[in-house]
Order: sequence, then C-alpha cells, then structure tokens
Amino acid sequence: MAPRLVQPEFSVQRDGERCIACGVCVRQCANQVHSYHPEYEEVRAAAERCVGCHRCAWLCPTGALSIIHTPPTYRHGGHWSSEAISNVYKQADSGGVLLGAMGNSQPVPVYWDHLLLNASQVTNPSIDPLREPMELKTFLGRKPDQVELEMSGPEPSLATTLAPQLELSMPIMFSAMSYGAISYPACKSLAMAARELGTLANSGEGGLHPDFWDFGPSMIVQVASGRFGVTPDYLGAAAAVEIKIGQGAKPGIGGHLPGEKVDDSVSRTRMIPVGSDALSPAPHHDIYSIEDLRQLIYSLKEAVRYRKPISVKIAAVHNVAAIASGIVRAGADIVAIDGYKGGTGAAPAMIRDNVGIPIEFALAAVDDRLRSEGIRNLASVVACGGFRCSADVVKALALGADAVYIGTAALIALGCHMCQQCFTGKCNWGIATQDPYLTRRLNPEIGAQRLYNLLSGWAHEIKEMMGGMGINAVESLRGNRHHLRAWGLSDRELKILGISAVGE
Amino acid sequence: MRGHRKHLPTSKDISGCAISGIMNEAGERFSGDMIIGSIATMHDRSNGLGGGFAAYGIYPDYKDHYAIHIMYDELADRQSTERLIARYCLLYEDESIPNRPSPVIRMRPFLHRYFVQVRPELLRRHSDLTEDDVIVDMVMEINTKIKGSFVFSSGKNMGVFKGVGYPEDIGEFYRLDEYQGYLWTSHGRFPTNTSGWWGGAHPFSILDWSVVHNGEISSYGINKRYLDNFGYDCSLFTDTEVIAYLFDLLVRKHHLPFEAACMAMAPPFWSQIEHLEPRRAELARTMRTVYAGALLNGPFSVLVGYSGGMVGFNDRTKLRPMVAARQGDMLLVASEETAIREVCPQVDRIWHAVGGVPIIGQLKDPAKVLGQPEAARLARMTRSLAPGAAAA
Repeated sequence: MAPRLVQPEFSVQRDGERCIACGVCVRQCANQVHSYHPEYEEVRAAAERCVGCHRCAWLCPTGALSIIHTPPTYRHGGHWSSEAISNVYKQADSGGVLLGAMGNSQPVPVYWDHLLLNASQVTNPSIDPLREPMELKTFLGRKPDQVELEMSGPEPSLATTLAPQLELSMPIMFSAMSYGAISYPACKSLAMAARELGTLANSGEGGLHPDFWDFGPSMIVQVASGRFGVTPDYLGAAAAVEIKIGQGAKPGIGGHLPGEKVDDSVSRTRMIPVGSDALSPAPHHDIYSIEDLRQLIYSLKEAVRYRKPISVKIAAVHNVAAIASGIVRAGADIVAIDGYKGGTGAAPAMIRDNVGIPIEFALAAVDDRLRSEGIRNLASVVACGGFRCSADVVKALALGADAVYIGTAALIALGCHMCQQCFTGKCNWGIATQDPYLTRRLNPEIGAQRLYNLLSGWAHEIKEMMGGMGINAVESLRGNRHHLRAWGLSDRELKILGISAVGE
Repeated sequence: MRGHRKHLPTSKDISGCAISGIMNEAGERFSGDMIIGSIATMHDRSNGLGGGFAAYGIYPDYKDHYAIHIMYDELADRQSTERLIARYCLLYEDESIPNRPSPVIRMRPFLHRYFVQVRPELLRRHSDLTEDDVIVDMVMEINTKIKGSFVFSSGKNMGVFKGVGYPEDIGEFYRLDEYQGYLWTSHGRFPTNTSGWWGGAHPFSILDWSVVHNGEISSYGINKRYLDNFGYDCSLFTDTEVIAYLFDLLVRKHHLPFEAACMAMAPPFWSQIEHLEPRRAELARTMRTVYAGALLNGPFSVLVGYSGGMVGFNDRTKLRPMVAARQGDMLLVASEETAIREVCPQVDRIWHAVGGVPIIGQLKDPAKVLGQPEAARLARMTRSLAPGAAAA
C-alpha cells in the first residue's frame, strides 16, 4: 500500500541530552507514538501517530519531551486550507466518514465575546459578595402563572402546590456524558462533584452503572432513541429524566459509541453485547411528531409518579423557537437546548461543523418566543454548547437561560487536553476510554475535587459580576438583557439577541 | 409653553429622589399644605427636574367617576383625544386643571381633566370586561397612539398632579393647598437623564394605583419581560411603571394580599427562609420560585397609594432610606425623619422601615369612605400572612 499522503500534525521533539530512556512515554502513550529501541538504547517517536494530547510531555520525569503543533506545510491556497486538503487525503485513503470529537474546532464566531456586561456606578450601589448575601440558588421545573392563597382560614395559606422542582445551589450542571463515551472514574468524578456542589450531573444515554445509583438524587438520567439501560428502576433512581432528542454537535443523528469502547461493564449497563457499536437511531422511532413526544413525556411522568421533572433536550436548529414552544406545550418541565458548538464523543465532522445554530441565538429566540406566548414560566430553559468560563454563563443567564450545562469544560478540569480523539477509545488521560490500563489514570476523588474547585471558582466569579450589576439574586439576572451590550454585531443580530449596542 | 413635548423615553430612567406619604386612617381629609411642607423639607434630595403628588379623596362630588388627568402638547391634540374618550366613556364634566401662574414654572403642557364613566353598553356587550379594564385600555391607547397626549391620572376620587420643577413649586402651581384628601403621597426627583417632559415625573399612576419611588431597579430588564409574559406593555421605560404594574398583577389580578405581594417583590434571602417556621418557609419558598421574575433587585424605597391606603416598602437589603411614624390616626412615611418632624413634631412612634417588610396604612372603615363592595376587596388585599407579622 502506498504511504499515506496526510502529513503528521505534530512533531515530537526529544532532547537527547535529557532523555534517560526510562520508558514512561512508551507506557503512557496508547497511540504507540514512543517505542524503546534496545539496539540503540534510546526511545524514538512515530510522530504521525501523535494526537497532541501532551500526556507524555506532562509525565516525562526529565522534561525531555515537547510536542509541537506542525500544521501541514502545503502551499497556502486560500480556499483550500491545509485541513481541507488533509481531509481529502484521509477520505481517499479510507473511503470513510470524517469523524470528529469534542466541539466544533473551526474558527467560527464566538458571540459570547461580542457581549459585554454592565456594572453599577453612582446611581446604584454595587454589592460586595464577600460581605453581603449573593444568591445563586436556582429551581428548575414548571412554575404556575400565579400562587393562590386560601383566604378562608384565620390566616392565608398556600392553595398552590408546585410541580416537582430541581433545586440547584448554582445555575450550572454537568451535561450529558454517557458511561461508555467516558470512563467509570470520569462518571464517578462528575457524580461526586455534583453531589458535593448541590447541583446535578447527567448520565447521558448510556444507562447508569449500578455503583452510581446512590448518586441518583444528584443525577438526571437520559432516555434517548437507543433506550440504553432504561428500566423503571433507572428512572426511579434519578432526580429528573431527560428525553434526548438531539445533540448540538450532531443535530439530526443519534449517539454513536464505537464497539471498541463497549467492554463488559459498559455492555451490562447499556444492555447490549460486548464489542458492538451502540448506534442510537437518528429519530426516536416512537416520536414522529410533537404529539408523540407528548406521549413519551407523559409516559415518563407516569413512570415516575409525577414526582420528577421531565426535561427534553434538543439541538439548536433553524426553527428552534417554534420547536421549543411545542415541547413546552407538550408538557416538558425543562427544555435543554444544545448549541452548534456542543461537544460529543464522536460525530461526523461534516455534521459537527455545518449543522445547527449557535446557542446564543437559539437561546435568545427561545426565551423570546416562550415569553411572547406567555408560557415562559411553564418550563425552565437550560442552555448548553461550549461554555468556556463563568462570564459565558452570566451572559447566557442574562439572555434568558435558567441554568447551563457544561461538558467540555468539566472534562478539561479532569485533565482532558482537547486532542479530539475520543472516538478512538485511546484517551491517555483516562477520560474517554474504557481500557482499564488507561482509566486507572483518573482518580475519581481527585477528579471530583477538581470539578468542585472549578465550579466553586465560577460561582465566586458569577457572584462578583452580579454584585457589580447591583443584583443579589440570580433570578434578577435571568433574562435581564439590559445588563448586556454588544459590539461588532449587525442590527439584525442585535435584534434577534434583543440587546442594545455598546454606548446605547 | 414652549419646550414641553411628550417624550416617551427609549431607555431606562435613572434617578435619585425624595418621597413622602401622609395618611389619615380614619378617612378624615386634610389639605395639601401638609404634604407640600413635608416634601419641601427634603428640597436637596431633588434637583428641580421633577416633582409630583397623588391625592386621594379629593373629588367627593365625583367619587363614582373616573377622573382623567391629561397633558397636551398642543390644544389641537385635544380633539382626537376627546373623540377617543367618547368611544369608551360618557363625559360628565371637563375643565382645565386649576393652576396658579408661577415664575419658576416656565414651560408646561396644557393640563385638562375629565370626569367620566364607562359607557354601560360597552360593559353589556363585553361581559368579560370590567370598567377598570376599559379605562386601562383607553389610557394605554391614548398614551401610545396619540402623539401629543398623555394621561397621567385615571382613578376614582383621586388625582395625580405632577410636572417639571421642585415638588413644592409644583404643589403651589396646582393649588394643592385648596384640595382636601385623606391620603397624600409626593415625590421630588433627581434624574440623571431627563427630557424635561412633565409626564416623566412621579407619581406614576394607573386606575387608583399611584407609585412614588426612590431608587433604581437593577432587575428592570427582567421585570419588564416578566410583565410582557402577562400582557403588560411597559411603554414608559421607567422602574416606577414596572412597580405599578407588578402591584396591579399581584394584587388586582392574582388576588394576593399586600404582604404576599411585597414578599414576591422583596423576598427574604434563602438563608433567612431556612430559619422561618415551616409553614411560612414553604410560603416564602413557593413565592420566590413562582414570582422569580417579579423580584425587584437593586436599591429602592417605594410608596404605593391606592384608594384604601398606602404601602411603603424597601428593597430587601434596604439600600434606600425610609422612615415611618404614627401619630393618632396619622401614618407618615418619608425618605427622611425630618420630613415627618417638620409637619408632625410630636409622634407616638417613629421607626426605620425594615428591608422587605411592608408598612401598610389602611382606612379603618373603608366602607364609610369607599362603599361596601370596595371595602370587601380591600379587606382581602390587606390580609396578613401570619398573626402578629403584619406591619406595625
């Protein structure tokens, strides 16, 4: 076979003076980049296998390794980027679909960076969260239009009973990442951190490993088109149930877990054979329209005795506002909207990079539509898809989200280096793999602590930003677009986002 | 009258202020001199760019009629406005609002008032409408559709008097010393942006609700959108308008007592709710969860007047001042103690308002002043959530 035409993306540079040929890199790299050659008594690298995960460089005891990104040096061609050329080579080699993982890696506009936040000066005191209360507590679920009081007794009493609510200590949850896509210790880290933080993790569509059922009150469990691991007990174990219709990284298609990652434990949790690809159908085959969704929502409500909220997660697509409205009217208590930049363990790169719309616009459009129809209170809106920092979260809340899901940021906290090769099952950081040799590398106690640290830091930052705005409860930030201004956006974009330009 | 032009602002109004309210809970009426004296004491809290008053019980001869106060940019605006009023209402009397020329009031709109009743055939044809609904529709239509007309008062047996100037000058101008009312509220304004439009002064009023307000609502953006959800169109872009509509929604439409409405707008902190007795904690938790969009955040002190009394309340961390006093049947609430002592040197009791806890003044015998049906409605509005927890 002719040599592959694709140029290596990374150069592995080893400082011969420092390298002691200890073999750590050899043992750490699941991609088999490094190999020890006894005849030369040295370690050599096959750079074409390197994915740029930096595990070897991080663990090299003498600091002998550097991984350098070396983009292909094809002659620069404007329209034909190096990546486009490499992709053609890859497909001409293999005849396959280009796969991607994690979020969209293209340099597309980040609208969060076009939004700026407000702060108080003179007419309104800013609030110091170190000295005064600052409330992030958030309730997700259906709210009635009004509270009714029973007035006939000696004193008024509540006549309204609320639909089930999820109580969160902060408006940030861990988004759906299934056992199978990510490892046992990664799942455990997320569940432990969620419980410690008073928020929720999401099982994803791969069922719930029996060891994690104790974390049920801190978990949302998913029901997706593959129905993996769905049992009455599974529904009963969790704080809420989420119907996964779509995912921002791959709208229009179902989940895809390569058979390489289906080991014995994943197989039992998902209730599928070992080594088989777990391919969720593109649609739910019992949902061909909105009235079918209503049936599934109410089937699940019946199954949980109306004691838990039912969420419906969709990808942000062109007419997301109308779809969300339908979902609320179909009885969902929570609508989760996953934007164009959302992550995944595996998606066809063409779909990941070309289908769907950014969460900023989807969120603004959904919030507006639900308000104009007078049904915003009937469901909470959760935004997801590429939140990088606490300021992104604050901006999403101000645009109208009740809470956000973070996925990629959580994995990065666990050590992910964004090499975007989750679908290979060879994650050297022990996150997106089921290889016991690799998963041992992630200690769930340490992982949970790192996630706890991350969200504690974000919570502090959010409180600081809210205090600056003169707001001491998150409900006064939610949907409060007066605290946002935009730069570098067109009039039409401003109109859709419902915010003014800077200086206005 | 040059320079005055109706101008609906396009951005949030920002201002600091003085407020004062005086009520006789026995329903005995007293002249506007007292409230002018009180608000004048706080002269330095306003900057001459807005002052106003709400007075209750001032039109006893027309107590069953809506008193519609309108400012016109030009006399020509009257014709189309009056045609519109005639579509909704029967007119019993109209006149210029009496005033006393003043050297410090240099430009002003034409000020006119109408005493009207809703056309009975309208109510017969639309059985789901109340006469209040008809008046609200009419006011909204005039204020948003007619270029030079603005309705600034639309209640029964009450009136709002406001303009650009120091409040004491505005009071003089409107000859408020010649009116007798059982409840007066007033406002001196210190705006940081203004168009010199008379309609921008406080009180803001719809039906018999009047609101005077000192502060800035940081949550305005969401309060406005929350009200959108219930069909309210906040056209004036003022915090004050939002407060008035929230009271209308919570009290008139959702039938919550004032104490519960104030709990929705200035709720206890979660850390406080944890320590309430279980029944009250459950109530507070439910109110906060359902009325999250009604929470008023940021510094404010507010006085809401209505035919049965007045409600004073502060933001939950009390970032703006409010002092209250009682003397016999009189309840006085003001931004500063001096504004109370000036007109009522001896008081039975004087205290600082507690953040989020309403001070409620109410007619002792509303049936005598307002009639039986109105009294029944008011009884519900002023129910306390817990015995002994009501305002002092």
